[in-house]
Amino acid sequence: MKLKTILMAGAMSIAASGTWAACSFENDVPLKSLSAGFEAWKAVTDAMAECGNFNASLDQEFREKQPEAFAASPSLYQIGGVSNTTLIPLLNAGTIRPLDDLVEKYGQNLLPNQLIKVDGKTMAIAMMVNAQHMMYRNDVLADLGIAEPATYDDVLAAAAKIKDAGVMEYPIGGTFKTGWNLGQEFINMYMGEGGSFFGDGNMPAINNEQGVKALETLKAMTDYMDPEYLVSDSTYVQQQFQQGKIAMANLWASRAAAMNDEAESQVVGKVTMSAAPMGSAAPATTIWWDGFVLASNMSDEEADAAFRVMLEGMDEEMVSANNDAAVWLNPAYKAGELAAGAAASAQAGAKAYPASGPMGIMHTALGNGLADFMTGAKDAQTTLADIEADYITAAKEAGLINN
Amino acid sequence: MNFRTFAAFVGPSVFMMLLFIAFPLISVFKQSFYVTQPIYETVEVETCTPGFLTQTCVTETVSQPQLDEEGKVIMQTQYVGLESYRNVLEPERAWRAISEGSWNVLSTINFWKALRFTLTFTLITLPLVIVCGLGIAVLINNAAQAIKGPVIFISLLPFIITPVIGVLSVNWLFRGDGILTALLEWWLNRDIALFAQAWTIEVLMMLYRVWHVAPFAAIVFYAGLQTVNQDSLESAVIDGATRWQRMKYIVIPHLMPLIIFVSMIHLMDSYRVFEEIVGFASQGYVISLQWLTYDFLVPDQAGNRSISRASASAMLTMIGIAILLIFPLRRTWRDHKGGH
Repeated sequence: MKLKTILMAGAMSIAASGTWAACSFENDVPLKSLSAGFEAWKAVTDAMAECGNFNASLDQEFREKQPEAFAASPSLYQIGGVSNTTLIPLLNAGTIRPLDDLVEKYGQNLLPNQLIKVDGKTMAIAMMVNAQHMMYRNDVLADLGIAEPATYDDVLAAAAKIKDAGVMEYPIGGTFKTGWNLGQEFINMYMGEGGSFFGDGNMPAINNEQGVKALETLKAMTDYMDPEYLVSDSTYVQQQFQQGKIAMANLWASRAAAMNDEAESQVVGKVTMSAAPMGSAAPATTIWWDGFVLASNMSDEEADAAFRVMLEGMDEEMVSANNDAAVWLNPAYKAGELAAGAAASAQAGAKAYPASGPMGIMHTALGNGLADFMTGAKDAQTTLADIEADYITAAKEAGLINN
Repeated sequence: MNFRTFAAFVGPSVFMMLLFIAFPLISVFKQSFYVTQPIYETVEVETCTPGFLTQTCVTETVSQPQLDEEGKVIMQTQYVGLESYRNVLEPERAWRAISEGSWNVLSTINFWKALRFTLTFTLITLPLVIVCGLGIAVLINNAAQAIKGPVIFISLLPFIITPVIGVLSVNWLFRGDGILTALLEWWLNRDIALFAQAWTIEVLMMLYRVWHVAPFAAIVFYAGLQTVNQDSLESAVIDGATRWQRMKYIVIPHLMPLIIFVSMIHLMDSYRVFEEIVGFASQGYVISLQWLTYDFLVPDQAGNRSISRASASAMLTMIGIAILLIFPLRRTWRDHKGGH
């Protein structure tokens, strides 16, 4: 009886997937993919699975597995999901293939800005962009007659006003968790000030006026943040917003939809997305992309099938079904209010995250070294000098700086 | 037992120990003296990435690893002597800080910061674990026969919980406006942020570790309590010894070998404190030696990792444990010799 029920359920689900399947061709080459596991990747890989013979691994630790898995021959995964930083190790190791012939054959519907070109060759296909941008409580700011903050001075002034009015004790939220998040906050500020990270021969160049300015802005914000900011990551800030505890934060576009999720959020419709606050030179944010690469170590037939399945994953149908899950790079994408922040930041001249081998080391050194400044153990210059020294040690060990 | 039988019994486990403990250890030891890195070349590359609705292309010089004919990255391995140890210990900076008498500067250098916490953590939790363990053991021993089973089960619970899960639970109970922080705030009528300074985090970590390990000590001591000589205890009662005197002169000396055993296990375990750091996300305030090794080992987004420094740091951790174990081991050795 039980077995019969299970069989029935199985038959039903096959029937169901049969009716839902919207893949334009029947895939008969077994394919596997390895990518990050957030909402957008789930939507895309689900759409790819409709073509059959496809198996997706959504893994938050994908970046540790990908380089080894792609170096195997044949590669353990045919399709990889990467972002601008995780592309670097694959590119360096030469384990991903140029896609120009496949783009020519099948990619008529791709937008030109989806093609990630390195040295003239298309090495990856981007499907979405992500950026940190301003989110603020329109009701709180309107009540106090505060205009949309355009710079960090505005943000700080608004925070002071909100605090003085007794509306909130800690009006600002921020992804200041020690490590990757805090490093990213500094990078946002520093790029906003127009700073560059490296001099000749991959030597660090952050101990300068822009670096100090970036640190001071970060520190000034913490006066209006929950004192436990050094353990606060994106999810924590998102929850603070949803529970109405904070009024402003520079948060990831991919978190925007959660503000209007009625099951979780108490502030539905009260959060406006706007451009990241301006630094002296550019908006204090960086633009990221997520997309696909194909392994070198597989047959051309596999690559052909993989490319077609991949295109099915990010076709118009998937985008219209999951419009708010990400800022998609697709003509069918309707940039709603939730995407307004990312779009406005980009229009104001936000730069792409400067992904490279040395930048990976720099990001880690920043993430580990900045806490000493935030807790007051070191002054700005010492902090930056120590981070540079830390970077040099690691970069020498990696072979990026000659002794 | 003849030698062949002995060898047949011991052989597999010796083989396993060599394969899974000795060889990796030798390999780590060797790697701490070498650095393996790709050979980079500088090339000018044009990269195009998506902006919003347009494409941004930049031409820049980047460092690229050289590939061989088969398309594999060429790696070179170089003997660097004690360089990796120097990079971990940073002796010049540490010495400068010490000679200036500046404790604050010394405690911002990663290794020394980690060593300071690791030692504090180990040495403070050790007596607490022994005392709590002994207390729980005596409690179980004196419990009525009917409730003994349930009491043992309940007191063992903390030890059964997976460390990472335990730490995360404590984190959620106290983080932000967690239930227990909210309760404390209501009780003391003031705002409390337990994750906003180092010392509160350290206290929470130590409390958690004692809570987690004390049941293990308790169960070992409880077993020991079953073999205490009842005649000695009875004669002590007749001689008018108080409860405390019986404990001090009969029970504790009897349990001493077990206390040494528990101390050694605890020293080894707590010197490798790690779950507390990760679970509390405390690296902004507090780090441990084991966490430092882990941090060197985790690749960043561009795939770089510091294997050599990680190996050096792992070796230093092992040396640290060996030094700490000298004291209890010496005692056991003396007792052992005295017994003959």
